[in-house]
Amino acid sequence: MTDTPAAKRQRPLSPHLQVYRLPLPALTSITHRITGIGLCAGTLLLVWWLVAAAVGPEAYATAAGFIASPIGLILMFGWSAALWYHFFNGLRHLAWDFSAKMLSLQQSYSSANLVIGASIGATIVTWVLVFAL
Amino acid sequence: MAEFSLPANSKVKPGKTIRSAGPDAKRTRKFRIYRYDPDSGENPREDTYEIDLDKCGPMILDALIHIKNDVDSTLTFRRSCREGICGSCAMNIDGRNTLACLKAIGDVKGDVKIYPLPHQPVVKDLVPDLNQNYAQLASIKPWLQTQSTAPSRERLQSPEEREKLDGLYECILCFCCTTSCPSYWWNGDRYLGPAVLLQAYRFIADSRDEMTGERLDALEDPFRLYRCHTIMNCTQTCPKGLNPAKAIAEIKKMMAERAA
Repeated sequence: MTDTPAAKRQRPLSPHLQVYRLPLPALTSITHRITGIGLCAGTLLLVWWLVAAAVGPEAYATAAGFIASPIGLILMFGWSAALWYHFFNGLRHLAWDFSAKMLSLQQSYSSANLVIGASIGATIVTWVLVFAL
Repeated sequence: MAEFSLPANSKVKPGKTIRSAGPDAKRTRKFRIYRYDPDSGENPREDTYEIDLDKCGPMILDALIHIKNDVDSTLTFRRSCREGICGSCAMNIDGRNTLACLKAIGDVKGDVKIYPLPHQPVVKDLVPDLNQNYAQLASIKPWLQTQSTAPSRERLQSPEEREKLDGLYECILCFCCTTSCPSYWWNGDRYLGPAVLLQAYRFIADSRDEMTGERLDALEDPFRLYRCHTIMNCTQTCPKGLNPAKAIAEIKKMMAERAA
């Protein structure tokens, strides 16, 4: 063993993300992380809009025009969906951390489905209101 | 920082295909198995064995033993009790960690993919180096600790106190859960992982242990305990049906309660 070159003795790392089939609760967890990052980016849009409102009517018109454009609307839709998902899944995490309950395998699936359903529902209601008002 | 791809020396190359099932075999199955030979200096590879299921028992471990005995004696894996109590044959089967002896071949659809426990250094083939996991287990002092004078007889427990250990004492330390945890993949050098934290809680919850405060102190750390983000892979994958995620949540709750 001792005369084996060091490079040969460097053990390989076994595959992880490459082979693991992530279950639904793991997917809701990584989605929470991704939507959190998305919300940070979305907040920049909000700040721009607020700053533009403070600067004056012209700057505000530019910002409001961008948000009302197709790209702006897609971004706003994504932001609202991310916000609702992050909110509902955040409540799920809060319940877990406060009570240490609802943590059985079955409950982790049912709460995941509940969060996904609630986020889709709330996003649809949000946009129905946006276009109705 | 998390590295999502494998290092250059760990990338899995295509391997050879061996068909051992005869032409008249009625039930055949392909087993795609991770192989790594430390003496060759080559990258790991994935070999395919097509075997006759009528020549081996019903479990994945039976197929592995059949391959080793009758097809390719160089295949290396750990096994001992073949009944789910020793934890030796823990590996990644069909994308989930479990014990090869408890997983039926019939429960896997299509080719059976078998890899070592994820994100561990590989000694050979399906044998991972678990030294870090064992060192982490030792770090939480997995034995009863007392300060009071030893009584003249056993330290007694009420049935209710004993019940609190149900779902904890059954752990066989196969490390299926720890190696299924993405947090452990990215921060395994500092995060203790679900198996070791479940053991930590097993002694925290024990009415006979008198070092609860010290045990919680030792876990009060951004990494050792709080890298758990309730991903739930541990509970999903445990071949004994235990719930490490809940044990970790109980520790977090105790931390919050004693801080309040």
